[in-house]
Amino acid sequence: MEGFMYPNEVELQWSILIVLYPFLTGLVAGAFILASLERVFRVEEVKPTYRLALLTALAFLIVAPLPLQLHLGHPERSLEMYLTPHRASAMAMFGFVYLWYLMAVLVVEIWLDYRSDIVRLAQSSRGAKRLLYRILTLGSYNISPGALGIDDRVGWIITLIGIPSAFLLHGYVGFIFGSVKANPWWSTPLMPVVFLFSAMVSGIALVLLMYMATCAMRRVSIDMRCLDTIAKYLFYTFVIDFSLEMLDLIHRIYEADESFRSLDFMVHTRLFLSQILIQIILGTLTPLALLSLSQIFTFSVAVRRRIYATAAVLTIVGIFAMRWNVVIGGQLFSKSFLGYTSYKVAFVTREGLLSAVALMILPFVILYLLIKILPPWQRENGVVAEAHGDD
Amino acid sequence: MAEFKDSAHLIRLAGVFLLGLVLFLVLRSATIPRSFGRYGPFRGDALAEISARPVAFAGHEACENCHPDEAALKASGAHKTVNCESCHGPLAKHADDPGAVQPVLPDVAKLCLRCHSKNMAKPKGFPQTEARSDSGSKPCDACHKPHSPGMQAGDKK
Amino acid sequence: MTLNRRQILLLLPAAAVAWEYVLAGNPDESPDYKMSEHWWGMLIDISKCIGCGSCVRACAMENDVPEGYFRTWVERYHVSDWHIETPEVDSPNGGKDGFPQGKTEGGKNFFVPKMCNHCVDSPCSQVCPVGATFHTPDGVVLVDYDYCLGCRYCIQACPYGCRFFHPKKHTADKCTLCYHRITKGLTTACCEACPTAARQLADLKNPNDPIHEFLKTHMVQVLKPHLATGSKLFYNSLDGSVR
Repeated sequence: MEGFMYPNEVELQWSILIVLYPFLTGLVAGAFILASLERVFRVEEVKPTYRLALLTALAFLIVAPLPLQLHLGHPERSLEMYLTPHRASAMAMFGFVYLWYLMAVLVVEIWLDYRSDIVRLAQSSRGAKRLLYRILTLGSYNISPGALGIDDRVGWIITLIGIPSAFLLHGYVGFIFGSVKANPWWSTPLMPVVFLFSAMVSGIALVLLMYMATCAMRRVSIDMRCLDTIAKYLFYTFVIDFSLEMLDLIHRIYEADESFRSLDFMVHTRLFLSQILIQIILGTLTPLALLSLSQIFTFSVAVRRRIYATAAVLTIVGIFAMRWNVVIGGQLFSKSFLGYTSYKVAFVTREGLLSAVALMILPFVILYLLIKILPPWQRENGVVAEAHGDD
Repeated sequence: MAEFKDSAHLIRLAGVFLLGLVLFLVLRSATIPRSFGRYGPFRGDALAEISARPVAFAGHEACENCHPDEAALKASGAHKTVNCESCHGPLAKHADDPGAVQPVLPDVAKLCLRCHSKNMAKPKGFPQTEARSDSGSKPCDACHKPHSPGMQAGDKK
Repeated sequence: MTLNRRQILLLLPAAAVAWEYVLAGNPDESPDYKMSEHWWGMLIDISKCIGCGSCVRACAMENDVPEGYFRTWVERYHVSDWHIETPEVDSPNGGKDGFPQGKTEGGKNFFVPKMCNHCVDSPCSQVCPVGATFHTPDGVVLVDYDYCLGCRYCIQACPYGCRFFHPKKHTADKCTLCYHRITKGLTTACCEACPTAARQLADLKNPNDPIHEFLKTHMVQVLKPHLATGSKLFYNSLDGSVR
C-alpha cells in the first residue's frame, strides 16, 4: 500500500474472475451482432460464419455466469436474485436480461435455424444421440417448406429483437460499473457505450479467428470475401470504440476534477503495463494500424490473412486488458484520492489464476461439443457446403 | 388449418417456456422467506435476529445503579465524560451476575497513556503528558485518583 | 370470502393490534421499542476527539469485528499551510492502538473518526441485488447475514469505505449502529467508550434530543456532500481537507 487508504479498501473485492465476466459476455454480444449482420442487414458475404457465430455466442454465454458463481461468498444463495430481485439494482435486473437473452433469443434462434437438421438427425442417427435429437425436436417432425418458411420469418424477428437484446446484455454490464457514483474511474455515462463497442470489437475478432481456425481444421479454403468483410466491420467498429475511449480520456484530462491527479498517477504507475502498453499500444493502435493498412492498400491473400489474424489476436488481448483496467484499476486507488494498493493474483484459490484460465478454456470445450451436436457445416456427397437453415 | 399445422412446433416451444415459467413461480412461492417484504424490500425476520445479539458493554447507567458512590465522585471531576467501561472494559456479564464475573483493571500506566500521551494532533487544552518526565518513576494513580483525577491536596510536586 | 359488518367490527381492532405489532419491530426482544418513534443519526465532534482509539476497540469487542477489518476507525490528518487538497493522513491499524507521536511539526493536526453514515439515500442499499442490505424504518442501514450473497457490489458502491467482506461469514459487513443496543435503550458501544463525548448517538425524531439545538447553533458538515447520499453522520468542526 502507498499513501493513505481507508482501512477497509486495502484488500480488493472484485478479482480476476470479475474481469473475466464482462470479457465473456462481451464476446457473446459481439459474436451475435456479427451473426445478425447477415440475417437482418443481408450482408451476404459473412454467411459462412453465421452458424459458427451463433454457436460461439452460446458457448460463451453458458460459461459467463460461472466466474460470478465462483466469486460469490454464498453461491448457494444465488437463486435469490431471481426470487427477490431488488428492482433498483442493476445487478439484479441483469439476471433477467441474461435469462431473456439466453432463452428467448439465442436458444430459440439456434433451434429455429437448425430445426431441419435436428429432425433429419433424429431420424438418421442411433443410440444416445438419437434420443438427444428426438428431445430437441420437441416432438415435431414437420420440416415442410411451409413450416420452414414460418421458421425463417420468426427467426428473422427473433434476430431483430436480438440486436437490442445483445446491446442490453452488454450495455447493462457497463451500467453496473458506470452507475457507481462512489468510484470516479467507473462513473461515467459513456461506460455502457464503451463496453458495448469494445464487446463488439472483441466478438467480431473472435469469430474471425474461429472461422480461420475451423477452416484450417476442416482443411477447407477460406472464403476471402467473407474474411475481408468481417475485417472491414472489425475496422469500423474499432474506429468507433477508439473514438469513444479517446473522448473519455480527453474529457477527464480537460476537466481535471478532484479525482484526476490520483487517477493519472495510477495509470502511469500501477496500470502502465496493462493500460498504456497492452491495451493502448499493443491492443488498440497496432490492430487499428494493421487494419487501416489492409483497407487502404491491396495485399495478397496470404498477407491479408496474416494481418487479420494478428490484428484479431491483439484486439482480443487488448479488450481483455481493457476489462482488467476497468475492474482492477477501479479498485487500486483510494476513494480518498490519497493512496494506492496493489492486486496480487492468487494462483490456486477459488478466485485465482488457475480458475480464470480454466474458465477461458471451457467455452472452447463447450463449442467443440456444440459443433459435434449441431454441425454448422453439411457434408453432401463428400463436398462440404456451408449450411444455413433451409434456403 | 395448414398454417396451424406448420406452426405446431412453435406452439410446443411456447409450451415448454410456459412450463418453465410455471415451475419458476411454484419454486418462488415455496422458497421466498415468509417475512420478506414485511417492513420493506428485505427479510423482516432479520431485524429480530440482529436485535437479539447479546450486549458486551452494560452501559454506564447499569454501573451507576450498584456503584452510586463512584458515580457521584466521577461526576464532579475532570473524568465526568469518561464512562465506567471505557476504562474497566465491557462488563455486561458482570452486571448480570456480579459475583460470578470479577472485572480486572488493565495496567495503570498503559491505561492512562492511552488517552493522555502527548500527541500534537490532540485538541489544544486537552491534558497531555510525557509521562516519565512528569511522574518520575511513580505510577499515575499515586497522585491522580482515576475517579477524580485532579491533583490531590497535599500531593503537589 | 365475504365479511358481514359484525365480522369486520371484530377484525378491525385485531388488525390494529397486529399492525402495532408489525410497526413495533420485535416485541419479544424489545417490548418497549417502536421503530416508528426513532430516526437514528450520530454527531462526531472533531474538536473533542483525542485519537485514543477507545471507540475502535469497543466496537470490535461489542460486535466481534475480525482483526484487520473495521466497522469504525480513526484517521489522523496533518494539513500543512494552505495545501488543503493534499493532507497527510494515516490510520495505523485503524487507530485501534492509538497513534504514535507525529513527525511533522507545525500545520493543523486533528483526528477524524469514521464509520457508516447510515445514509438516507444510501448507494449501498440501492445496488444490492437481493435486498440483503436495507434501511430499517428507524433509519439504520443493516446487512442480513443470512441472505447476503457476498457479491460485494455494496462494498464497491459505498463512497466512505465503511464496508468490508467478513472473512468468516463470507458476507458484507459494516457498522450496525449497535442496533442490538439502541433498540434496548442503550447507546452504541463507540459512544459508550468515548472518554470525551466526541461521539454522540442522536435520535433525530426525538424533540428532546440535544442534537437539534446543536445542529442549529454549530457549523456542521457531512462527508462527500456532492454525492447526495443523505448522510446522517454529522461532523462538528470538520476541516475542508478531510476526505
